[in-house]
Amino acid sequence: MEAPLVEVRGLTKEYRRGDEVVPVLAGLDLDIARGDYVALMGPSGSGKSTLLNLLGGLDQPTAGHILIDGVPVEALDSDELAAWRARSVGFIFQMYNLLPVLTAEQNVELPLLLTDLSREERRRRARAALALVGLSDRATHRPRELSGGQEQRVGIARAIVTDPLLLLCDEPTGDLDRKAGDAVLDLFDALNREAGKTIVMVTHDPRAAARARRTLHLEKGVLAREES
Amino acid sequence: MARGPILAVTWMNLRSLPARWGPALVAVVGIAGVVMVLTATLAIARGFKAALNFAGADDVAVIVRGGSSGELASSLLPTEADVILDAPGILRDGSGPVASPELYVLVDLPMRVSGTAANVPFRGIGPRGRTVRDHFRIVAGRMFTPGLYEVVIGRGAAAQFRGLKLGDPVRFGTQTWRIVGLFEDGGSVTESELWADVHVLQGTYRRLGVQSVRARLASPDALPRLAAALKADPRINVTVTTERAFYSEQSKTLVTLVTVLGTAISIMMGIGAIFGALNTMYSAVAARTREIATLRAVGFGAAPVVLSVLVEAVLLGLAGGILGGFAAWVAFDGIQASTLNFQTFSQLTFAFMVTPGVLLTGVLYAVLLGFVGGLLPGLRAARLPITAGLRAT
Repeated sequence: MEAPLVEVRGLTKEYRRGDEVVPVLAGLDLDIARGDYVALMGPSGSGKSTLLNLLGGLDQPTAGHILIDGVPVEALDSDELAAWRARSVGFIFQMYNLLPVLTAEQNVELPLLLTDLSREERRRRARAALALVGLSDRATHRPRELSGGQEQRVGIARAIVTDPLLLLCDEPTGDLDRKAGDAVLDLFDALNREAGKTIVMVTHDPRAAARARRTLHLEKGVLAREES
Repeated sequence: MARGPILAVTWMNLRSLPARWGPALVAVVGIAGVVMVLTATLAIARGFKAALNFAGADDVAVIVRGGSSGELASSLLPTEADVILDAPGILRDGSGPVASPELYVLVDLPMRVSGTAANVPFRGIGPRGRTVRDHFRIVAGRMFTPGLYEVVIGRGAAAQFRGLKLGDPVRFGTQTWRIVGLFEDGGSVTESELWADVHVLQGTYRRLGVQSVRARLASPDALPRLAAALKADPRINVTVTTERAFYSEQSKTLVTLVTVLGTAISIMMGIGAIFGALNTMYSAVAARTREIATLRAVGFGAAPVVLSVLVEAVLLGLAGGILGGFAAWVAFDGIQASTLNFQTFSQLTFAFMVTPGVLLTGVLYAVLLGFVGGLLPGLRAARLPITAGLRAT
């Protein structure tokens, strides 16, 4: 059997608030196969966003191991992590996090600036990613000239333009109306089923979770149950 | 490290500047103010130096009584002046030695700006006084007539003091004099003075002797010869220097004072401006917290983020430097001012000189202020926790 893309063992994360230690993740184990589509659900404070940040190398665990495609993520230093993120992870945020001064195409091109690609090739790929999310006609628009759903689709194009191993989505439909949210979820379906992208999505929305292949419920920093 | 990410982040940063123009303007204006003060100070020091340097020729000797620090404290009897005029090393032509025995007194005149009385040098020059000064020329009216109560006034003196109008009578000592001409001397310290015939001035102030002799040297290397001859002469005790050395010695304290004081003030103001720049850049970083966190999440390293903040701060500093330098140039360049040179107890008029060198110094200082003001905020930007930054509003 093929090794899982993501192997998490004994993952622990504590925050310090003065003298008080606040446990967020308590020895969590998790495997995610290549091509999987996982929804993470749970009440606020259950640790789902923390887990997502740790998987994406945005934060360091207090203890435990994260192996992604054979790379021990927790052992990388800040600069190595940045380079690893650029190659391996695509982030999609609830509030889109587009850069307001850049056009849609420039936002999508952003991660490619960290590669050795020529300017022409970067533009070609950015345009292809925009076409994939159905926004070819919005390439020169700035974020404030786009609707929320369009902004999120630009965010998705930015996340997939480097062809990363893993797409990490933090409440991607949380700020969208139902129609725009559905369009985003349709895109994830296509990316997972047709392009074979591995997706981990934090969500509060059961309708969004229902589109995933499996749903993990976190409670108090551990996996409480799983649905497929 | 690749240039792409750095340029991209820096460019993005600068593109967002118009949205943050308020704090940016505060930093620019703050730095501009500092640069204006620094530039003005340096322009004063430069103006002093120019006024005093220009006054000094290397082939003209100034001879005063031994041990006196300037002309005011010196006195030479007529016989002593004659000994000097006969000494070797002084240029001679058909009319005798090219030299001018000169009397130097101070008169009171109200300053044009404040109305307070100031000491103005009133110099009596010998018949050959003009021949020991290369840059002297009458720009209005005419030269005084020897033997008459007539004065010519320096351009600097005319600008700085009240009651010096061409054609007007003016009372000095026991006599009424008529102002008959206005002169220039290449912007030198001499332009702070009033000139008359030495014999008329001697009579008015009941002096027999003079205070100094200015003599053109027969050759540039004749000074040691002249000095040695006068030193060996038991009838007199005098100090012999070139005119340039004479003036430079007289202005040393003043130039040092202005430079040191001005630099100290600029450094203190600079520290204030650094706080302004720090504040601006901290608020710039705060305003861009989410952008910076997003860039870091996407995979941009810390270096482009630090550099982008630094580049912005340095550019704001540069803008402040150029603005301040330009303002100083418009406001001060060429302005005539005067101050008391306490080494000579006389008023020295000079022009603010905002030279390219002065401007460059100001702009470099501004860039330094921007750099220092951007360093800490830049480091903070790089150390912002990404996870919290992503959710910042």
